[in-house]
Amino acid sequence: MNYEALRQFADSWGLLFMALLWLGFALWTFRPGARHHHDDAAQMIFREHETGGKDGLGEQDNG
Amino acid sequence: MSTFTQKHKKLERNITLLSVFSLIAVVIGGIVEIAPLFWIDNTVEEVEGVRPYTPLELAGRNIYIREGCYTCHSQMVRPFRDEVERYGHYSLAAESMYDHPFQWGSKRTGPDLARVGGRYSDEWHVQHLIDPRSVVPESIMPPYAFLAEKDLNAGDMSAHLKAMSRVGVPYTKEAIAAANEDLVAQADAEASTTDLLARYPKAQARDFDGNPDRLTEMDALVAYLQMIGTLVDFEKGEAQEQPR
Amino acid sequence: MDNLVFRAGGWLALAALAFMAMALAADGGFAVHMGIITIACLIVLWVTVSKADYGAIARGIIKSPADPGIYDDEPIRWGVIATLFWGMAGFAVGLYIALQLAFPVLNLGLEYTTFGRLRPLHTSAVIFAFGGNALIATSFYIVQRTCRARLAFPGLARFVFWGYQLFIVLAATGYLLGVTQSKEYAEPEWYVDLWLTIVWVSYAVVFIGTIVKRSEPHIYVANWFFLSFILTVAMLHLVNGLAMPVSLLGAKSYSAFAGVQDALTQWWYGHNAVGFFLTAGFLGMMYYFVPKQAERPVYSYRLSIIHFWSLIFLYIWAGPHHLHYTALPDWAQTLGMVFSVILWMPSWGGMINGLMTLNGAWEKIRTDPIIRMMVIALAFYGMSTFEGPMMSIKAVNSLSHYTDWTIGHVHSGALGWNGMITFAALYYLVPRLWGRQRLYSLRMVNWHFWLATFGIVLYAASMWVAGIMQGLMWREYGADGYLVYSFSEVVSAMLPMYLIRALGGLMYLAGAAIMVYNVWMTVAGKLREEKAMTETPHNEAADKPIVAQPAE
Repeated sequence: MNYEALRQFADSWGLLFMALLWLGFALWTFRPGARHHHDDAAQMIFREHETGGKDGLGEQDNG
Repeated sequence: MSTFTQKHKKLERNITLLSVFSLIAVVIGGIVEIAPLFWIDNTVEEVEGVRPYTPLELAGRNIYIREGCYTCHSQMVRPFRDEVERYGHYSLAAESMYDHPFQWGSKRTGPDLARVGGRYSDEWHVQHLIDPRSVVPESIMPPYAFLAEKDLNAGDMSAHLKAMSRVGVPYTKEAIAAANEDLVAQADAEASTTDLLARYPKAQARDFDGNPDRLTEMDALVAYLQMIGTLVDFEKGEAQEQPR
Repeated sequence: MDNLVFRAGGWLALAALAFMAMALAADGGFAVHMGIITIACLIVLWVTVSKADYGAIARGIIKSPADPGIYDDEPIRWGVIATLFWGMAGFAVGLYIALQLAFPVLNLGLEYTTFGRLRPLHTSAVIFAFGGNALIATSFYIVQRTCRARLAFPGLARFVFWGYQLFIVLAATGYLLGVTQSKEYAEPEWYVDLWLTIVWVSYAVVFIGTIVKRSEPHIYVANWFFLSFILTVAMLHLVNGLAMPVSLLGAKSYSAFAGVQDALTQWWYGHNAVGFFLTAGFLGMMYYFVPKQAERPVYSYRLSIIHFWSLIFLYIWAGPHHLHYTALPDWAQTLGMVFSVILWMPSWGGMINGLMTLNGAWEKIRTDPIIRMMVIALAFYGMSTFEGPMMSIKAVNSLSHYTDWTIGHVHSGALGWNGMITFAALYYLVPRLWGRQRLYSLRMVNWHFWLATFGIVLYAASMWVAGIMQGLMWREYGADGYLVYSFSEVVSAMLPMYLIRALGGLMYLAGAAIMVYNVWMTVAGKLREEKAMTETPHNEAADKPIVAQPAE
């Protein structure tokens, strides 16, 4: 394999593979039915006080 | 569809998969872009005259690196009319083929140095390095007077040449063995330079810092500065690509 | 007790080894560094032994501290202090070298204080010491909260913190002593690189280990950004740092690559240090702290995922735009340019996602100076990710490259985006980490905000003018067909801009000093008596219904 061949592979199949992989991830994210899942994930950082772990102002006991 | 969804959740919840996919994404770019350049024959055209650095030039280059000269001076003339007129012939890839590391730079607080060799006298360089504003009143360069005071303590130059040859610079066995003698000989106006010139064509041998009694860091740095960009004879070669 | 003797003996042996390396060193820089390592080993030895006296030995260094019911915040508190300390150091050195360019006499004629040696000190202190400590601290904070789990391997987490500080000390002293590989933002020599590799792998182990033992099913998107930042920086560091040491007892090494290859590897590293260290990592910060401070979830979680994949797919290609019109092959330059321009889109997607998180809570910009800092950080993120693609277009680059425009661009990103989002995150963290009711003073945050913002504006504006002026003067031809300006004339034309830049830097430093005071007082448990930030007028007397007056 030489430089020219590698380069051509890179800017044809390599690029196509990258683009498809990216497109796959993008479509995946926007597939129907994922909305609830993502809303849930977005809200996750606010669920601090329900169970376990302490956080928040003035209630921590720091050593 | 439901299995598809399942798989997706798996990715978002699986740390290994997430790591693997992000690594794939970043590795592809790196490999595609960088790997081809390592087929060096195609990337760097051989140019007559380019040779490895002499021990003294290499020691000077190491001082250039140590002092961070690259933070203000580039060594890469771009193929534009104004740059070619201001600095000289634009830089060729082959001219830095033995530069471990490269010194192309990224900022011109001071002028480009890719063609500085032979442009000024040794005395000018020494004076300029000791007190830049005594030569160029507008200069904002730091003074490097301490270079003239310090004896050149480059270490065992054979070890340096050996390390360079390990990363691909074609130093011969004799060159490596004679590195320490070559270092001294190049800065000594009295010494015989026949062997040195046989090993390193076009090497300039003289006392560089105006103080023949001592071999200083100034000797090494000026020796390096005076050879930058002088190895390729652009007068001789047929007209290359025209600058833009 | 045997364990203690064993460990103490190990540290002593290491100290002795480093001391021997110091004695046998081939050069002064290496000797000083081995001396520092000897001292570091002895300090650890002393801590190991003295801690044992207080019975901490029972818990061991790998086992968890006493209370599993709280997050492991100790290394994060250290990280916040280290961030502030190195930030002040980095900003101060930056101001000093800015003044050196205006008044070269400030180089002092000493080899240790020349611009060439201080400039890497400034860049590394700000990027790796200030930014790196901020990233390690916030990632440890966020990963615990979003995984609802304590840090995995607490002992290793502490090693990461102290090991990273040792890396910074070795790198910084190395620059002053002239120990450098001369690869921008990767200047430390081979042995310091090896040490960083050990620390970085430990960091990855702690971070990934915490995610593995999480109690939340989903990995929050901030952790995606942190993860890709940690993994990619490891890859970049390993490849770009490849070098052949001259001697195992000396500092000097020669890069494994030469010329074109070395240049491309370096800027592949250099640009992705920006892309993954200064962008992906700090976006991780943004995707946690902005929603938390705004008290509303991120505008679009899906957009954040697209943002993530697009960013890491595209960034890695953009490096060659640092090498336009050089001896690098044309195709690589064009590839770099195209990907840089495309990169503009995901960057702005991310900015919009961050800003729109405030949708419905815009009044907080007026009332909450921390939110305001986050908003200006996102604005500067947007501005510099627009400017960057523009400068990567070859025609623009032919003018802007090698000039101060690049310096201005870097600083609008670093001061505006990285600095501001870090300040905001620290202001969020400090009361929580030290269990305080609130910050000592919100008004001081406000002062910090305005000083920093005006400082950046002065900095960026002066560098635009300086850069474009340089570019135009260098290429200006007179009617006679000759170049009009000598290089030195262009240098002397820069003085006013360099002065304005230094003033901007001074303001930014002053803002950071106010922050240090504010954090200090908060940690000390003080609360400043001050007027609240909002003063919506309230007139008690007028606050009543109109009652019809009987006619007279």
